[in-house]
Parts: sequence; structure tokens; C-alpha cells
Amino acid sequence: MASKWNMIVDVAKCDNCRGCFLAVKDEHIGNDIPGYAAPQPPQGHNWLEIERRERGSYPIVEAHFMPVMCNHCDDAPCIKAAKNGAITKRPDGIVIIDPVKSRGQKQIVDACPYRAISWNEELQIPQAWIFDAHLLDEGWTRTRAEQSCAMGVFQSVKVEDAEMQQIRAKEGLEVLKPELGTKPRVYYRNLHLMTKCLVGGTVVTRANGVEDCAAGAVVVLKQQGREVARTTTDTFGEFRFDRLEPNSGRYEIEVTSGSAGRGSLAFDLGADSPYLGVITLAAAA
Amino acid sequence: MNLSLILWGIPQAMRVAARVYPDYAARLKERDCIAQFRLRDVPEGRWVQLKGGRISSGKGIHKNPDLTIHFKNKAIAENFLTPPFDLLERIDAAKNFKVGLDGPDDLAVWFMATLARLESITWKSGTDMGNGVTRYTNGTNGGPIFVYVKDGKIIRTTPMDFDDEDAPSWTIEARGRKFTPPRKTTLAAHGACQKSMVYSKNRLLYPMKRVDFDPNGERNIQNRGKSEFVRISWEEALNIVSSEIKRAKAKGPGAIAVANGSHHQWGNLGHYLSAFNRFWNLIGVTKLMHNPDSWEGWYWGAMHHWGNSLRLGAPEFYGTVEDCLKEAEMMVFWSSDPDATYGFEGTERRAWAKELGIKMVHIDPYMNHTAAHLGGKWISPKPGTDSAFAQALCHVWITEGIYDKSFVEKRTTGFDEWKAYILGETDGVAKTPEWQEKETGVPARDVRALAREWGTKKTYLGAGGWGVGVGGACRGPMGVQWARMMAIIGAMQGYGRPGYNFGNLQYGAPLDFNFYFPGYAEGSFSGDLAYSANSANNYQRMPHIVTMSSVRQGIPRMWLPEAIANGRASGYLTDVSSVQGQFFPIHYPSPGHVPVEMIYKYGSASFGTMVDANRWVTMYQNPKLQFVVNQSVWKEGETTYADVILPACTVFERWDIGEWYNVGAGYVHHMFSMNNHRVISLQHKCIEPLGESKSDYDIFLAIAEKLGMGSMYSEGGTTELDWCKRVFDSSDMAKHTTWRKFLKKGYFVVPSDPATARAPLANNWFYEGRKKDTPEPYPLPSDYVRGYGEGLQTASGKFEFIASTLKKFDDPDRPPLNQYMPLYEDPKRDPELGEFPLQLLSPHSRYPFHLMGDDEGSSLRDIREHRVLKDGHYYLVARISRQDAEARGIRDDDLIRLWNLRGSVVCAAQVTDRLRPGVISASTASASYRPAGEPGRSTDLGGCVNLLNSSKSITKKSHGIKPNTTLIQVEKWTGVDTWKPAEAVNG
Ligand code: SF4
Ligand code: SF4
Repeated sequence: MASKWNMIVDVAKCDNCRGCFLAVKDEHIGNDIPGYAAPQPPQGHNWLEIERRERGSYPIVEAHFMPVMCNHCDDAPCIKAAKNGAITKRPDGIVIIDPVKSRGQKQIVDACPYRAISWNEELQIPQAWIFDAHLLDEGWTRTRAEQSCAMGVFQSVKVEDAEMQQIRAKEGLEVLKPELGTKPRVYYRNLHLMTKCLVGGTVVTRANGVEDCAAGAVVVLKQQGREVARTTTDTFGEFRFDRLEPNSGRYEIEVTSGSAGRGSLAFDLGADSPYLGVITLAAAA
Repeated sequence: MNLSLILWGIPQAMRVAARVYPDYAARLKERDCIAQFRLRDVPEGRWVQLKGGRISSGKGIHKNPDLTIHFKNKAIAENFLTPPFDLLERIDAAKNFKVGLDGPDDLAVWFMATLARLESITWKSGTDMGNGVTRYTNGTNGGPIFVYVKDGKIIRTTPMDFDDEDAPSWTIEARGRKFTPPRKTTLAAHGACQKSMVYSKNRLLYPMKRVDFDPNGERNIQNRGKSEFVRISWEEALNIVSSEIKRAKAKGPGAIAVANGSHHQWGNLGHYLSAFNRFWNLIGVTKLMHNPDSWEGWYWGAMHHWGNSLRLGAPEFYGTVEDCLKEAEMMVFWSSDPDATYGFEGTERRAWAKELGIKMVHIDPYMNHTAAHLGGKWISPKPGTDSAFAQALCHVWITEGIYDKSFVEKRTTGFDEWKAYILGETDGVAKTPEWQEKETGVPARDVRALAREWGTKKTYLGAGGWGVGVGGACRGPMGVQWARMMAIIGAMQGYGRPGYNFGNLQYGAPLDFNFYFPGYAEGSFSGDLAYSANSANNYQRMPHIVTMSSVRQGIPRMWLPEAIANGRASGYLTDVSSVQGQFFPIHYPSPGHVPVEMIYKYGSASFGTMVDANRWVTMYQNPKLQFVVNQSVWKEGETTYADVILPACTVFERWDIGEWYNVGAGYVHHMFSMNNHRVISLQHKCIEPLGESKSDYDIFLAIAEKLGMGSMYSEGGTTELDWCKRVFDSSDMAKHTTWRKFLKKGYFVVPSDPATARAPLANNWFYEGRKKDTPEPYPLPSDYVRGYGEGLQTASGKFEFIASTLKKFDDPDRPPLNQYMPLYEDPKRDPELGEFPLQLLSPHSRYPFHLMGDDEGSSLRDIREHRVLKDGHYYLVARISRQDAEARGIRDDDLIRLWNLRGSVVCAAQVTDRLRPGVISASTASASYRPAGEPGRSTDLGGCVNLLNSSKSITKKSHGIKPNTTLIQVEKWTGVDTWKPAEAVNG
């Protein structure tokens, strides 16, 4: 078995600094790399893009960013859609759209379920991120995106497929749209930050007309009476529950804080991540 | 060496060089001339003739030389001509007329440069990467950079990876862990996009003239910004510009004003503080006096409590990275977004802090980029009101007794008065958490929780973008009050004790602060001792000829349009040498000087950076401005508001030298401590200038030659590469590496100090009552009221809760006791603003550097958080809260119009939960200006949000901007421009 290229992307580390995004542009705009890629147009093509997602609602909000690009799928819909062998899978796993043979084949753009392919209007060719295959072939050990990233988001790994599957299982890596069976070679760590819901709330006490944050209160999240998760409020009386499935229905929250009392509320979780508001503890009756 | 031997050797050396180096042979063909070397006291010498590239020479005196290089006597000539050259001797000879040049100025420059080239022709630069690719190096505002070049074209730019030869990186041990930065540099987005900037469709490649501008006839001034431009030759351009300079100078001193931005491309030579200032000192011009526009509140406010004038009122930062990682339990980021604008060297260090479990709190109406990345508690006060929040913190600390009482007692003055104010004993209003809630909208409970945590846990206060100043709340209408509060709360918690200090890990990396390499503010070869920090080190270390302008007229930059339109403008100086320097007024016009009638604009996008910029647009159509030149690299919003355009090249097309974020003495000393390594770049000339563009240096030299000052400007034909060598020789680098090695490799990493010899912790000397031991030469010795190095730069030598310098200056907006005074725009106080319910924040931009990098051809334009492409144009992003967007039917990426009585700008909406409702955030980042109708009197589609901001000063008696918290209204853009400027509405 030959070792092949994979890319691991850690969503938790991405700062949206755009170093990788600009490196891909820098590598391709104005550069013709015969056999690999024709020049990228000066503007409008983002072969590597950064997706943005906000979770939570004012004032408990999080923002996350995730680089997305061609996944170099092992079962690539784009290859099936291409005529006369315009797209090939290299032995090292990298998918290359031939800049000559693909000319005029606009159907390739629509074939990619990840929308990773851009159409070059001037040259009439489909184009995507080539995993810096031309540089790896020259002896580079990592992609430009990885070299440019100050946060260590990317990790290019050249291993046999079996080993990659072990890494995937051990580190809990995920791929995008696994349900399509495209077998991407780009893996994500902490993908829940982009896909799952986050709820937050604030717990306060009130004594003699003075409101204070209730730190250290125990907050239990339940669904149909069953405990799903529990946490403790921070200095500001805030709590957060992460990794909740979107549209997963009704939840109850119960808060207890020793002498300060207790509180509760219920909510329905839709597609968005709500802020649950302020829960004022009432002394136990 | 014997003179006749040296002189005999010169043509010999030229012949050899021409044989070995085709470039040299080609250079000799550029000009025919007879150059005579001779002594003045006796008829001895040698002539050299160049004809069609061939060299002939003879002993003695030629009858008809084109150029004479004459020496007072033989000893001086031998000294001057014997290598290795002693620059101090050479400068002395030139300054004191021991040597002289007679002949046409341009020929003299050319011939002397040809002689100097004998040495530099042998130099080699760049690393061969195989396949015809050479790797050069350069420097950008976003960091040092590797530049891969093939066939004369840049194919790739990357951050630098260090190799084993480069000095080792430092290690910090904290809480049982060891932290070492990665062995590479990082690039801010505006550095990473540079290739696209070089090859932008928007580059200015040829000199141009406005079609309807005739210097000898009708000038059609009213058409600036409207008419087309036509290409002209350099010769024609230089003739127009030089004759206009002469024409304006004939009117009297000060008729020419020069207008430059606050920044330039990276590099010590090409910077405005060197090439530009040297030239204009020789011409004599009215200067625009800059305000400290990223520092306003610190400079005009905080400084009065603790001095630090040479840091523009912000505190020192040595050793804070190590101390914070070792000691701190909490970091409070107050209006602090270090992950914007200035690159990402500190980002890794903040990730370490997070790993160590240090709690993070972010106070900003916008959950900024750093807050989004780090997480933690986000507190979002209503813009402008932060100082009420800060006063309530003081209230909790005082009433609960959780502040540093011993520090307050020993190291400060005025606390009792401050305490009485906070408790409400003076004005009947106790500054309680509940009181602040009405101002700020922040729940009182959050203030109490934060105050208690802060008062009992070791806390770092990151105030402003760098943690020690810059941007954010300091440049709003309440910026002075806010920055003063930052100093005050720092003092209440005893800043300088381990774990309690100013910083957010962006500054204070443990580097070598004694190794000398000049920063750009040290003026390089400017010779300008008055308006740069040249005299601190550079003037001694790199001998060069002093330059000084005879014109004593200045205009406060914010009010240049008023100066032109009304013929007068007044403001206050930014003079960092002392605290009271800022009390000095400047008035335009100056006695004995004449009004400005010509503007030389250097860099071209102030419509995006200057407040209430419609004033600037209309200024250019004022008939009093007889002539406007614009010298720029790109065609930006302001460029065509001119008569002649001169195309400058990028730093990739010329030689320069510079250290990453070394600004130098005189302006935030040791700024490079933002970086994980000190990296000095030889900024290679990677490619030839595109089109007919030229380096700034060569443009100024060419104009100087037309005015007979080329030899003076270039110190006898010194080229940019020669200057690089002189800068290298002047620095401590020469003790560690050789010029040839540095030139070839292109960068040098300064070794960091061993852990045992690191700079002492900032402010700890003051906390402990020691003499100052941090490595900054500030304040000036005369500003110590006790012994040298004892105490602060205040009248008492202590931290002053009640600022005594402000007692000596009557500014109603800056009382000695920092009262809470709501000075921001508020419909409750200004009923005419009632139709503008939203507060606009216009912070520093994240991706461009101010607006450098926002060029229309730049890759940055594809960043969705910066601009959005709609109908063929990239619109600047304005962030709007979900609530405000829903109320107006606005969705993501919709075009929206931001407007008030001053201006109207179309942006693309980014709907977010990261903003306090009622607030809009749009960066001052636009290089474009695209008026929908009449320039200066219609809606801008380019994204100059500064059109909306007020041009009133931050306090009554100062000179500072206050762009944050401007009131505006927002609506969906209909595509039809109905906006009218205020006077048009009223009249
Ligand atoms: S991500 Fe799209 S373009 Fe890339 S291999 Fe898969 S299907 Fe093809
Ligand atoms: S370079 Fe790294 S941190 Fe920056 S946007 Fe790309 S992945 Fe994110």
C-alpha cells in the first residue's frame, strides 16, 4: 500500500486570519503550472475559502471559522462527471483537474457536492485546490496553507489509508457530508463547532434589591426528565452547553446553588443556538 | 595611498569591471563625459573620458571637462579616495567644502554613482532554489517575507522559515511548562497579499497629466477628480513639477504643502521619514502636523497621570509576556483586539495563556476578532461609556477594600480626592455599579463580579489593541476619559507587581533590547534632526549630511481643508518629548509665510483615513490650490484629485532595509517586542520596476536634479543599495555577520538574551521603589523631579490620580480629576441628531493595514469579512446586529446605506450577534472612493466610512480624532442617491 496525502484541519484553532486563503491565491494567481493548474483569475476565485458560523445569541455568542476546499475525495463525483479523463486521482490520493482536458466542461463545477470548484470564465475551465501537488512533487513537505497558518490549523499527513483510519478513530476526526459516501481526504477536528448547537444562559441571585451573578451554581440539562449534561456557572453566573443536535426538541434546565436556591426553565432547540436569558434563583420554599 | 596611483587606478578598475560585469559595461554606455579629478591648490590631477562605453584617461588637467571633482589639497584627496572609505571623513570633506563638484548636477550624480558601483557590482543577492528560481527577501508592514522570482517575475511570497544557522528562539518556563515560539515568521493579511498588490490592475505605470490641466494656461481646477488623465513622459512630468515648485517658491515661504499618510511601505530608506523628508527639507515646505491618531486618549489624557510621553502616554511593556504567563490568573481585554491589523505573532502566546487556564474577559461593544478566537466573558458597554464602567469598578474596590493600598499610599498622589469623587462625596453621585448600568447598559452584577475577581486575582489589563495602547476606545469622543481610567485602574491595582500589569501578550516578548538596529522613525538618511528621532543614535552611527527646512509653517492635519478654504487653521502640537509639549498651539498661517497654493500628495487614500472626508474631496476643487501632484503606487480614491500623477514602484522593485516592527527610538521604543524574533530584512530589489514607475528615492532625486540639488539629495550619487550598506554598517549587525552574507541570504535573526539576562519586568522598578531599570531612555533626564531614574515623569514623580499638569492648562474637556462626562453624540443632548439612532464604530481594519492592501486589485478584496462582491464591485463590510438588521429588513450581504448629515456611504451588511444592538461597526479601510454623483456632495459607494465622522477635536483644546460612536442611520440601499450635505439640506 502506498502512503497518501490527507489533511487534518482543527476548527477550534482557526482565527480567520486568512493566511491560508491568501497563500492559495498567491500560489496560483498569474502562475501557470502545466499539468497541474492554469492561472487563477486575479479576483473572485476562492479555491480555499473560510466558512464562518456564529453560535449562540447576544450576549452569549461564539464565532467559529473553518477552511474548506477540495476534499480530494476517493470516490469523487467530479471524476464521474468529467469526460475524457479530465480529472484523475493520483496514486498519492490527490485529485487533479487537467487544465487542458477539462476545457469547456462546466458540468464538472456542478458535480462537486462541496462546491469546491470554481469556473474560470476566461479560460473556460473548472479549477480547484490541488493540495499543492506541484510543490509536494518538488519536495515540499507541507502545503502553503499549512506553512502560512500561524495557528497550526492544518496538518498534512502522508500515511497509508489504514493508518489514517486509525488516526481518524483515535482523534475523533470527521469529514464533511459523510452521508454522500465521497470519502474525503480532508478531515476535521472539532467540527461540532460548525455543526452542533450551543446554548447559554445566566444565573443570578437577588437579595435586598441587589442582583449578583451566581457563580458555582450547578446547572443540569435534561431531556424528558433524563440528564443530558451538567455544568457549573462561572464567575459571571454564565453557563454553556455545547454539542447539542440542532432541532432536537424540548429541553429542561435545572439550576441549584446551595443556600441561594434554585431555578429552572425549558426551551425548544431549533436550528439556531439561543441565549436562554437570565435565571433568577429563588430560595427554596 | 598615493594620489596619482589612486587616480590611475580609477579608470583601470572601471575597465576591469566593464569586462567582467556586462551590467557595468552597459552602465558606462549610458553617458559620454569627461570627468576631471584635480587639486585646487596646484594643477595636478587626472581626467577620465567615457565615450560610447569606452574609457580613456590622462594625467594632468583637461582643457574642457564636463565635470570637475576638486579637492582642497593632496592630503584631503588621498584621504577621500583611499578605500576603505571613512564616511565621517567624507561627510566632513563635503560639508566643509574640502571637496566639491562642478558640472551639471545630473551628470555629477551619475558619475559618482558609477564610481560607487565599482564596489556594489560585485555584490550578490538571493538564494538559488533551482529551476531558475531565486528566493529573495523583503519586508512589509505585515511582516518579513520570502519572495520567489523566476524570469523577472514574482511567482510566490511566503512567511520566512528559519534555518539552523539562525539564532535560537527563546523559551519561557511557566507553571511547569516550557513555551517556545515557532521557528518562522507570520504574516498579516496585508503582507500576505503583496504579490497581488504588485501586479494589481490598478498600478500607476506611467506619469500622467489631467487632460484639461495646462500649467501655462487654463488649469480647470474645478475638474480635479472628474477629468481623465493622459500619459506623459517623465521628462514632461519632471519639468512641470519642478517648474511649479519654483513658481510656488517664488510666492514666498510655505506656499508648498506636503501631505503624506501616517505610514508607508516597509523599509528605512523609502519611508516618508527618510527619502521624502530629506527631499522636502531641501525644498522648504509647509508641513502637515500629524495628530497621534491611533493613540489619542493616551496622548492627550493618560499621559497626565504618569508621564510616558515618549510612549505617547501608554505604559512600558518589557518582560510582560513572561510575567503574564507565569503569574496572571485573569486577562482583561479592554477595547483590545490584537488579532487585527498588526499580525499574528502574539496569537500563539495568547493560545498558551488559554492552555494555562488564564481566564479571559473582553470589554468591547463588538465581540472582536480576538474575543471570538479566545473565548471568555464578553461585556459589551454602549460605545463611549466605558469609563463609567471603570469608575464603578473603582467603587467596588474602594467600598470592599480590594485594591493595592500600599501602592496607592506610597507611589501615588491625590487618591483621597479621587475616592471622594467615586463615593459621590464631591458631586452627590456615587459611581456605583447600578449608576453605571444606566450609562453603559452593562448589568451592575457583571461589574461587581468582575471587580471582585480583579481585586482578588492577579490580573493583566490589556488596554487597547496592543494591551499598552493603540486604537479602539482611545479614539472616540470619550477616548481621553477612557485612557485616563485605564491608567487609574492600573494604579489602584498596583501595576508593576508580578501578575498585575498592562498587556495582552501582544507586546513584551523576551528579546534583546540592547542590540542596535535603527527603526524607521530614526529617519535613516533623512538628515532630519527635527522631525525624526535621527539624533538619538542614527546621526552618529551612520554619518550623513544634516538637512533642515527653512520654512516654519505647519497645518494641523485634521484641518487642512479648513486651512485651504478659510486661510487659517489652529491646533496643538504632537510633541512627545515632554508632557506639556501638547499644550503648544500651532497656527496657520505662520508669521512671514504665505498661504499654501500647491499640495504634493504622497500616497493617495486619505479620503478613507481622514475624518469628515468630504471636506478633503471638495478642498481639491478650491481655486486657491493652484497645483496638486500625487505620487502614488496605485490609483486610489484620492489619486485623480490632482494635476500630475507620478508613479512610484513597490518595495519589491527597489532596494531597502528594515527590521520588522522596529519603529525606533522616539515613537514607541522597542516596538519589535511584538514579535517572537527580531528579524532584519535586506529588502531585495526582487524585480525591475513595473512600467515606467520609479522608486520614491529616484523620483525625488530626478526632481532634485532639475533643481540642481541632486548631488545634495543623494550625497554625491549614493544609490539605495549603497544606503542599505551604510545602514548595515551603522548597526550592531555588522558585529555578527558580514555585509555580503546578509545581502545574499537577505535576513538576520537577532539572538535573544539568555533567560538570566532578560530585561526587567515593566513598571516593577516603580512598584518596588527602585530606580528605573527598564531599557528605555525615557523620560528625558530633565523631566525627573528627583534624581535621575527616580520616579515617574510627573510633577510629583508619583502616579497622580489628580493630574497636576492639567491644572496648568484649561481644557474644559480634560479636568484634572477625570470626571465622567458623556461627550459622545447623543440625541438627548443634540436634538438635531434625533433621526440618527445608531452608533458607528470605525475601528482599525483587520485585513488591510489602515487601507494599505485594500487596493482594487488586491486579493484582500475577496475576504468576505472585509468586502463583498456585488454587481461587479467590492463593497466594504459593515457589521450590524441581528436586531437592528431585522428592524430594517436587512439580510446578510444586502447593500445598505450608512448616513448622517456629514456623509453617506454604501456598504455590504454582515448581520451578526457579535454586536451590541444599536451599534454598527465598519472599519476605516477603504482605498476606494466612488461618489454616486458630485464628488464630495453625494453618496460614496467605495466604503469611506470616515466621511461620517466628525472633524471636531477629541477635546476642546487638542488636535485629535474621535471617530468611534458617531451617530448614523442605516437603511437598505435603493440604488438612488438622495443624500445631500447638511448645508444643502438647510439652505
Ligand atoms: S471535493 Fe469536489 S472537486 Fe474535490 S474531489 Fe471531491 S468532488 Fe471532486
Ligand atoms: S491561516 Fe490558519 S488561522 Fe488563518 S484562516 Fe487559515 S486556517 Fe484559519
